[in-house]
Amino acid sequence: MEAELDLVLRLYRTMAAIRLTEERLAQSHQAGLVHGACHTYVGEEAVATGVCAHLTMRDSVFSTHRGHGHALAKGVPMAEVMAELYGRELGCSQGRGGSMHLFKPEVGLMGTSGIVGPCILQATGAGYSSKLMKTGAVGVAFFGDGASNNGAFHEGLNLAAIYKLPVLFVCENNMYATEVPMSYAAGNTDVYMRAAGYNIPGIKVDGNNVLAVYEAAGTAIKRARAGEGPTLLECKTYRTRVHAEGMKESGYRPMEEIAAWKARDPLKLLREQAMRDEICGDPEFDEVHSSVAGQVAAAHKQAVESPYPEGRDALSHVYYEVQA
Amino acid sequence: MKELTYTAAAREALTEEMARDATIFVMGEGIGKRGGNFNTTAGLFDLYGGVRLCDTPITERGFIGLAVGAAMTGTRPVIDFMFVDFILDGMGEIMNQMAKMQYMSSGRLTMPVVLRGCIGIGGASATHHSGNYYAMFANVPGLRVVVPTTPADAKGLFKTALRGYDPVLFLEHKSLLNTKGPVPEEDVAIPFGVARIAREGHSVTVVALTVMVNRVLQVADTLEKEGISVEVIDPRTVSPLDTDTICASIKKTGRALVVDEAFAPCGIGAEIAARVMETAFDELDAPVRRLNGAFVPTPYSPPLESVIVPSNDAIATAIRDLVRE
Ligand SMILES: Cc1ncc(C[n+]2csc(CCOP(=O)(O)OP(=O)(O)O)c2C)c(N)n1
Repeated sequence: MEAELDLVLRLYRTMAAIRLTEERLAQSHQAGLVHGACHTYVGEEAVATGVCAHLTMRDSVFSTHRGHGHALAKGVPMAEVMAELYGRELGCSQGRGGSMHLFKPEVGLMGTSGIVGPCILQATGAGYSSKLMKTGAVGVAFFGDGASNNGAFHEGLNLAAIYKLPVLFVCENNMYATEVPMSYAAGNTDVYMRAAGYNIPGIKVDGNNVLAVYEAAGTAIKRARAGEGPTLLECKTYRTRVHAEGMKESGYRPMEEIAAWKARDPLKLLREQAMRDEICGDPEFDEVHSSVAGQVAAAHKQAVESPYPEGRDALSHVYYEVQA
Repeated sequence: MKELTYTAAAREALTEEMARDATIFVMGEGIGKRGGNFNTTAGLFDLYGGVRLCDTPITERGFIGLAVGAAMTGTRPVIDFMFVDFILDGMGEIMNQMAKMQYMSSGRLTMPVVLRGCIGIGGASATHHSGNYYAMFANVPGLRVVVPTTPADAKGLFKTALRGYDPVLFLEHKSLLNTKGPVPEEDVAIPFGVARIAREGHSVTVVALTVMVNRVLQVADTLEKEGISVEVIDPRTVSPLDTDTICASIKKTGRALVVDEAFAPCGIGAEIAARVMETAFDELDAPVRRLNGAFVPTPYSPPLESVIVPSNDAIATAIRDLVRE
């Protein structure tokens, strides 16, 4: 019971950290503090949270344009994520990257990407390193339903399958790629079924249920660490904000659909389940929530107080530089 | 003449040519009902329907390869990439197939494909949404590479692209998309390989590419007051590249500077300098100079982003220095 309580509150804390950071970033975007694009992860927090809860710093995560949640769940400090979007020196990419180029290899965040697809191949490469060096580390790729229709998906899964690599492919199926419905873009909208084509396990899970994601990811990662090869994990979920901040709900998806998914808020679902299972109740969650809110406010302050980088920093690191 | 934005002018060319030629179809992400991320196809879905305005999954290599096959079998694909950076996933299809197909088939097959999208640094787009790839494409035999600066050129050059038989890269700098300018009412197709003299002058020739043309024009106004008369040339297409117009200008001025946001190494400025040496060496009173964006991927943060692009001050200094040489 104690262990269960710890797990539930730990998962809740990560989800709240993502939610409140994203909401802060959305506000900051409106206020002009974010200089470029900003794709939030609101509504999908359970996926990164449930998967990354199993990872150590030696495991590598490869992510997408919608990567703030993966960065936070993998352990990048909130202030460094925010500062990066604000273009500051404190940012995890020192202001070079912004929202779509978050890097913190020190904690195993091997990057988010402005290009859809490459994370699938790079996680496969991490799996290869692990196999060669026998480190037991796992490579994890997070990507959208849209990315699953890119050639990189087929090539990455097949490579990982034939070499039996320790890789977890996490498809966050939020039903739309920008404004294009998955039902338009794919012959079969159930991505997990494609695993059969590579002879690897394909698992479908409710991506708004963090405990379900946690359990499914745990099985897949155990399998990977045991040298039994990759798994494709499809998490059915939904992005409840617009594709990128500043865009409008232009009518490509029904308002009732958005409302129905908002009612399935992953933070709320976890509270309800914990109460049903008599693990804990609102007071415990509220306490976590407000402690996270305090951290987010402090992180935002730290981020906006960080200076902008010097112009000359733009010219460094194009090639290898000997570390001082 | 009417006033149009750059994007509206290019869209007008597409709309008119699609009406004229039923074999033209557009493919890309969000170019159907949504009308394109940059409004490149706004309104066209209602006119021409979903087969001619075809939304795709995120499969760039796939639909570039599809376009090659379609062009070989009688249709005219226009692929709209929003950001040209996304084209890179399909480079094998472009360089090995599309560009070489007419040659491989001894001219029996044609390759009327237009690959269009935004290029350029600005707006904290960061390094996956800001490349200027024209020099790289200009290095490939079989491709045409078009880099219009004004709305009128966007329309006229797009028409030529849509009427020709070669694969064309039609590259639109993102800072130009909402700029306005006069566009002729009549049907004008501007030939490739003919530079535009954007401003006449006699002290120095400045060849500028895409967004840098507008920057150089601003600087030229300032320098006029100092007694420096700048002739500004916009090549408009970099493959083919009109060096005759550039050399004729140098005959008058004796000095040339190339201003380009794209990288210097193996770039368009290097090509221009080499060709000027080959054909107009005796006209030069000073070496050809170049001013380029820094040879780095594009950083995000505004103070980093701004230092890697030639500024008005840097352009003015480069011109003053060259005139004094
Ligand atoms: C290769 C490439 N093509 C196109 C884009 C433009 N783009 C950015 S996000 C996006 C949609 C991605 O959809 P999905 O993979 O489902 O992720 P989601 O945004 O739903 O999280 C597109 C088309 C891109 N970034 N990279």
